[in-house]
Amino acid sequence: MLRIHCPYCREVREEEEFGYAGEAYIARPAAPEEVDDAVWGDYVFHRKNPRGWHWEQWQHVAGCRKVFVVKRHTVTYEIAGSWTLAEGKALYLSEEQS
Amino acid sequence: MANRYSLWSLIKHGLKHHESWQPAWQSPTPRNKYDVIIVGGGGHGLATAYYLAREHGITNVAVLEKGYLGGGNTARNTTIIRSNYLWDEAAQLYEHALKLWEGLSQDLNFNVMFSQRGVMNLGHTLQDMRDIERRANANLLNGVDAVVLSPSEIRDIVPLMDVSSKTRYPVMGASFQPRGGVARHDAVAWGFARAASELGVHIIEQCEVTGMLIDGDRIKGVKTTRGDILADKVGCVAAGNTSTLAKMAGIRLPLESHPLQAFVSESLKPCLDTVVMSNAVHGYVSQSDKGELVIGAGIDSYLGYGQRGSPHIIEHTAAAIIELFPSFSRVRMNRQWGGIVDVSPDACPIITKTRVKGLFFNCGWGTGGFKATPGSGNVFAHTIANDAPHRLNAAFSLDRFASGHLIDEHGAAAVAH
Repeated sequence: MLRIHCPYCREVREEEEFGYAGEAYIARPAAPEEVDDAVWGDYVFHRKNPRGWHWEQWQHVAGCRKVFVVKRHTVTYEIAGSWTLAEGKALYLSEEQS
Repeated sequence: MANRYSLWSLIKHGLKHHESWQPAWQSPTPRNKYDVIIVGGGGHGLATAYYLAREHGITNVAVLEKGYLGGGNTARNTTIIRSNYLWDEAAQLYEHALKLWEGLSQDLNFNVMFSQRGVMNLGHTLQDMRDIERRANANLLNGVDAVVLSPSEIRDIVPLMDVSSKTRYPVMGASFQPRGGVARHDAVAWGFARAASELGVHIIEQCEVTGMLIDGDRIKGVKTTRGDILADKVGCVAAGNTSTLAKMAGIRLPLESHPLQAFVSESLKPCLDTVVMSNAVHGYVSQSDKGELVIGAGIDSYLGYGQRGSPHIIEHTAAAIIELFPSFSRVRMNRQWGGIVDVSPDACPIITKTRVKGLFFNCGWGTGGFKATPGSGNVFAHTIANDAPHRLNAAFSLDRFASGHLIDEHGAAAVAH
């Protein structure tokens, strides 16, 4: 059972209160008219699916109903932290670059 | 064949106090180079190697397994076999597999304990029943056996089930595939391993692939924990770990790996002689030949590679089973485990060539790969041998996620994924 901190409610609650909402920060093609089907297919369907740390969206369905981002390890299920989408994005981008 | 299994061989070895049996398969040291390497020694990978050797005459083949044979999803599923899929492409692929199951014990000279005890998919709402009618009709048009049952007909087949109108989600009917059933999962891995080994395939356990050797746009081999091994062609059949392998070749796949749980009870006297599945209350149950109830249900919603699942899924599954079979509420559960399933966006497999020449993937079977084991291996062997898909898996290439020609079995298939 995961125990997840909601950055809006500022409380650690059990997994059953939350809904998983997929990989976080998938970038939509910047020039939608110009890219081909393969790029769109990649955006819509293809996923990182890492064995390791994963940035993912969760929704506090039985609470504030807001969507936020969690960094979780997909093998140990350890949670490094949870942030609002905006706060998490800066951290995510700095990790991606390094 | 060193060990042809028969009544005669049983008597012969029995007279020698059963001390003269040979190992079912060899454990050779890896060669430097093979014609084909199969990554993943589960049922699908072993079946691929077997059909490569038997149907395509390619015997210079190695199957690389990071753990032990059939230690992954092959031995972690609930062994249900059926082919009652809605869409033509899927129904034909799974029906191909079912036809191979029907002769598999004879083909392999190994009893896989395939038991065609029928698979029942329950409907609990009017919409369920409309979907069931539609799917049963589609099945019949594809040559797949299907009948639609009323609650009283269900009671005749499964007297223990509560089909009264008093339950929270009353059973309104079911589809039934009499040719469906179960098989012994370990025996499937062992049977394919033994038959492939007999044809000259090298089965190499404790050998994990750690990288791909790619020269330009062509595969040259794989890096492993036992050194580099060269090959003209590499086929990856690694279920939940497929994305990790694809990443080594710089390929992105439309897969997400989730834990899927199952559990078995203590042994009971025979009480359930078919397979019962329900979409709406979401659980499935059958009774093994040892007498255990084998129970499974849905995946954890989130990504996970830890071979365990969330406790609340067990609770929901048990609730669903007890809703259908109130008498099972006193049965004690013995064991519980999880396997990692690679779920594709349309709940259909991906059996495909890639942009790296000579590199093939067979993945995305999600929650329902066991039933397809022989068919999957058969068409994947054809794809690798001919460098072109078999008629039955042409629609299951990776291209469909760019073209949009998905085969939407999510919800359309007989169980929710």
